[in-house]
Amino acid sequence: MSPREQWIAFMTLMVKEIRRFTRIWQQTLLPPAITIALYFVIFGTLIGPRIGSMSGFTYMEFVVPGLIMLAVITNSFGNVVSSFFGSKFAGNIEELLVSPTPNYIILSGYVLGGVTRGLTVGLIVTLLSLFFTKLHIQHFGVTIAVVILTSVLFSLAGLINAVFAKNFDDISIIPTFVLTPLTYLGGVFYSVSLLPEFWQKVSLLNPVLYMVNAFRYGLLGVSDIEVGTAFLMLSFVIAGLFLFAMHLLKNGKNLRS
Amino acid sequence: MNNDFPALRIKGLTKAYGNGFQALKGVDLDVMPGEFFALLGPNGAGKSTIIGIISSLVRKTTGSVAVFGQDIDKDFARAKKDVGVVPQEFNFNQFEKVFDIVVTQAGYYGLPRKVAEERAEKYLRRLDLWDKQDQRSRMLSGGMKRRLMIARALVHEPRLLILDEPTAGVDIELRRSLWDFLREINAQGTTIILTTHYLEEAESLCRRIAIIDQGTITQNTTTRELLAQLDKEVFVIDTQEALTTCPQLDGYAVELIGSHSFEVVVEKGQSLNDLFLPLTEQGIRVTSLRNKANRLEELFLSMVSSGSESQTTTLKELAQ
Repeated sequence: MSPREQWIAFMTLMVKEIRRFTRIWQQTLLPPAITIALYFVIFGTLIGPRIGSMSGFTYMEFVVPGLIMLAVITNSFGNVVSSFFGSKFAGNIEELLVSPTPNYIILSGYVLGGVTRGLTVGLIVTLLSLFFTKLHIQHFGVTIAVVILTSVLFSLAGLINAVFAKNFDDISIIPTFVLTPLTYLGGVFYSVSLLPEFWQKVSLLNPVLYMVNAFRYGLLGVSDIEVGTAFLMLSFVIAGLFLFAMHLLKNGKNLRS
Repeated sequence: MNNDFPALRIKGLTKAYGNGFQALKGVDLDVMPGEFFALLGPNGAGKSTIIGIISSLVRKTTGSVAVFGQDIDKDFARAKKDVGVVPQEFNFNQFEKVFDIVVTQAGYYGLPRKVAEERAEKYLRRLDLWDKQDQRSRMLSGGMKRRLMIARALVHEPRLLILDEPTAGVDIELRRSLWDFLREINAQGTTIILTTHYLEEAESLCRRIAIIDQGTITQNTTTRELLAQLDKEVFVIDTQEALTTCPQLDGYAVELIGSHSFEVVVEKGQSLNDLFLPLTEQGIRVTSLRNKANRLEELFLSMVSSGSESQTTTLKELAQ
């Protein structure tokens, strides 16, 4: 395919993915907005004042970046895993596989679809947070870069999960038993400096901690970890997941017999 | 245009699945540009495996496949542009609109949106689906879904169209209209390969027929030559007058099957002309004459009687 044809194929896939989640916005955009709004109400408004300040900010200010990232992570992952596995399950992934569309375009199209949903939900949640607190972005570039890279990372992870999945149970195991614990223990609700030293070190093994803290640094200017380390880790993991996903597509794992 | 090359050239193609099942055992096949080619075989013979390999959904074990001279191992993307596949099972998104399904498929082949929309309209109109363009595909009838898959496979205007049992479960009227459509696009230059269980379909449409059985091509010849292998044909003759006894026709096996009809077996070398004089002499006026069964089916059944047990099973399945 010529570069122009590849671009058309990419846009076709990406637009299809965006149309998919906007068509069913009641299932894809509304629920995370309501869930995160409830977090704002309960943790920020009701419980937050009793907790007091954290890292020099009110609890509401502290928890907002984490909750935005929580929404971005779960929606980026969820979009790709459900869309790709759904296509595989229904058979219409074959429309793509029989076409001359290169694997990296297939991967990019699905990932960009996931990123678009992740960022859309992230934006909705950010706007909702303005009803509860004021946001003064400290480092705009860092904020945008971290949220995009995080979304890319979890979209790639979602696609890999979907490739391996053989039934609908398989696409809920990772979010339930891996993604949720990592996110909840990744500094969304607390600063790891509150933990005993041993658990602080254990927490450093959690990649979500780096993303949440780097994003919090972008918004509030405070972080439990080095932002440079976070970017390095994000880039490294994204490169690894991209290569692994490409390997799976090239070999047709669970896609071609 | 690579019309100097076969539309499809398969050499020594084998496929062994992970469980050890050998689906293809060294298939060689050439389909020339412009041909209307039938690939016949019972369930599990290897037809869909061959189609899967050509369309990249199945990975071959050994051998080579070239589409209009383009080896799929060297540049599969280029070969894919020349191929349109209509699979056996419905595999489009049931929640998408008919028009969107066709336009999206065009996009995957790199066609600009405007061209994609024009082509979608062209093929949806030709397949009588234009008035359904805004319907979700799950709302279509079985026949419409089948036509939608054909429109989708044609939207990038491939030079080789492969149809895997395109008329399975389709009513007779629609089957005939699909035949007319396929004849039309074949006349316009599209090479067509179809697999089918309806032998009448293969006889009516295809100039060449290959029979695959247990992963091996057992016959690959013109339809005419294949039919020439028939040792005998059974004809049903209807008469104007009621028959009380079986007509006497020397050299022919005759059987009365109704008050106004009888069957006659015409063996290879015998002429139909020789039937009519003795019938006229016996005062019997013929009102119609027809083959008792599809001729290919007769051929298969005749092969059944002389073939091995495994062949018998195979051909009986084919004749169903």
